[in-house]
Amino acid sequence: MSRRPVEAPRATALAAFAGLLLRDLRVVTNERGRFLLRTLSQPLLLVFVFTYVFPKIGQGFRAPAGDESFTTVLVPGVIAIAVLIKGIQAVALPLVQEFGYTSEIEDRVMAPLPVWAVAVEKIVAGAVQGLIAALLVFPIAAVVPAEPAALQISWPALVVVGLLAPFAASALGLALGTMVEPNQVPLMFSVVILPITFLGATYYPWARLDAIPWLQAVTLLNPLVYMAEGYRMALTPQIGHMPGVAIYAALVAFPVGMGVLGVRGFRRRVLS
Amino acid sequence: MTGSAAAVDRRATAIEHRIATEGLTKVYPGGLRAVDGLDLRVRGGEIFGLLGPNGAGKTTTIGMLTTRVVPTGGVALVDGIDVSADPVAVKRRIGVVPQTNTLDRSLSVRENLLFHCRYFGMSGSQARARADELLGRFRLAERGDAKVETLSGGMAQRLMVARALAHAPAVLFLDEPTTGLDPQSRLALWELLGELHAEGQTILLTTHAMDEADRLCERVAIMDAGRILALGSPSELKRSLEAETIVTMQADGDLEVLAAALGDVPGVTSTDVHDGAVRAFAGRVAGLLPRLVLRAERAGTTVTDVSVTEPTLETVFIALTGKDLRE
Ligand SMILES: Nc1ncnc2c1ncn2[C@@H]1O[C@H](COP(=O)(O)OP(=O)(O)OP(=O)(O)O)[C@@H](O)[C@H]1O
Ligand SMILES: [Mg+2]
Repeated sequence: MSRRPVEAPRATALAAFAGLLLRDLRVVTNERGRFLLRTLSQPLLLVFVFTYVFPKIGQGFRAPAGDESFTTVLVPGVIAIAVLIKGIQAVALPLVQEFGYTSEIEDRVMAPLPVWAVAVEKIVAGAVQGLIAALLVFPIAAVVPAEPAALQISWPALVVVGLLAPFAASALGLALGTMVEPNQVPLMFSVVILPITFLGATYYPWARLDAIPWLQAVTLLNPLVYMAEGYRMALTPQIGHMPGVAIYAALVAFPVGMGVLGVRGFRRRVLS
Repeated sequence: MTGSAAAVDRRATAIEHRIATEGLTKVYPGGLRAVDGLDLRVRGGEIFGLLGPNGAGKTTTIGMLTTRVVPTGGVALVDGIDVSADPVAVKRRIGVVPQTNTLDRSLSVRENLLFHCRYFGMSGSQARARADELLGRFRLAERGDAKVETLSGGMAQRLMVARALAHAPAVLFLDEPTTGLDPQSRLALWELLGELHAEGQTILLTTHAMDEADRLCERVAIMDAGRILALGSPSELKRSLEAETIVTMQADGDLEVLAAALGDVPGVTSTDVHDGAVRAFAGRVAGLLPRLVLRAERAGTTVTDVSVTEPTLETVFIALTGKDLRE
């Protein structure tokens, strides 16, 4: 072996970023079985229980607007949950492991790109997986429900929300991943993830909360509200949703804010 | 010296020295001075050792040179580049084998090398070719598709070294590369590092094993509590101190008598009988050996064998710090 067999003229930060992204996607394909199971189980169970079991046993939820099925209300919410959970699974949990037990991340940080860019790559890789998770809900929603969802797709809104929402989820994943210690993971689920998913306007449109004004106000802090309302705006606008401006503004501001927090946390964890 | 001559001189120094630090200091939050004013020069092609006990600041030093630890004082140049000013350019030029296993557990052995090559800008086919070359050289070809968790300690260490070398770094850093390895893997790694050195690879390694520093390194810096206590080639270090030479003599005749006789020779500080031979402990005295043999013959014994044990880095370290290197 010659001492310098490969001069690496393309050892640019961009090439390193692409390499890290390829690595994260290879891990997904290497573990595709597990990836599918983790991604599908929650959406499948939610859709099955609420839109198949409930109608079959005659115990029902009603959609707020007249003759729409509950399936129509639920599907955008389930997509939002699937994306949010993917942000936790794909970014937060692996990072907690890598910071806590394995020191793998130390090697990733040795790649020739700035440390902040390594963190941003985590957000992008998580967002790609979030997008896949969102797409996987559609076949479930098409097959499982007893009463079908009435989708009235607005393509421009779907493209924008479809791209922004996964970033919100994976930026949250990065921020949590740099803050939480391995032994705090169960706590993170109890006090962060569960409240977010249960109070994320996934089972009802946010506007219906006007009956409980304090809850309506408090849940404005919940990123999942804007994700669910965004998918509602894109897929089932007939149900009603928050103003588009509010949704878009939140889906830009949240990933940016969480991203900044996450990148700072990441630097703090890998540099000393 | 004129201004421009000084500039040229400085550049020549930067080229000649793959690593150059001046007053390099790290004070951790909380006030601990882990590294305190380190001045270090490592030449191209040199294999250089940082030798010190636990907590000496070896990992912190490597951390600063590899951009992971932010210095709180001084400067550090790697391949002529300031680690604080342009960490990304430094990362392009270095390969790092950290103290802990940082292999990518989600990937196979081959993929670990493959993706590392991609991080450093190689195309898919370049990366595949390079990964296969490294698997062959580091005797990992048969384990290419294995998960990294299934590798033995020695194999995992070889893979870490292979990965660190994949992008042909100007400087290879190894932090306690043989700690925790079985003796055989340890020897194999020494041999490997020796080969790399012969090929001209600049290597900086840390260790708390004296024999390792002695055997492997051209120059050694002995560190304790964040400072360099002594720096030089292992033989220089050993010569610089009045450490003891041990002359072991085997002879026919009464060994107790012989021991007493050798004790009279100028320069000998003490003698004893050990393992069927007489040992004479001495400082560095010219012409000691002939005088010892002569004295032995005069005492009526026939010398059958003489061996001389030089002072070790361990005795040097004890002389410098008054404490043992092994905790
Ligand atoms: N991140 C940190 N924050 C605070 N103190 C630290 C940190 N890392 C190391 N130290 C302290 O700095 C000192 C030097 O540590 P360092 O890890 O550099 O030593 P070392 O020579 O590598 O030791 P070892 O042989 O145990 O690996 C030690 O006292 C250690 O406790
Ligand atoms: Mg160390």
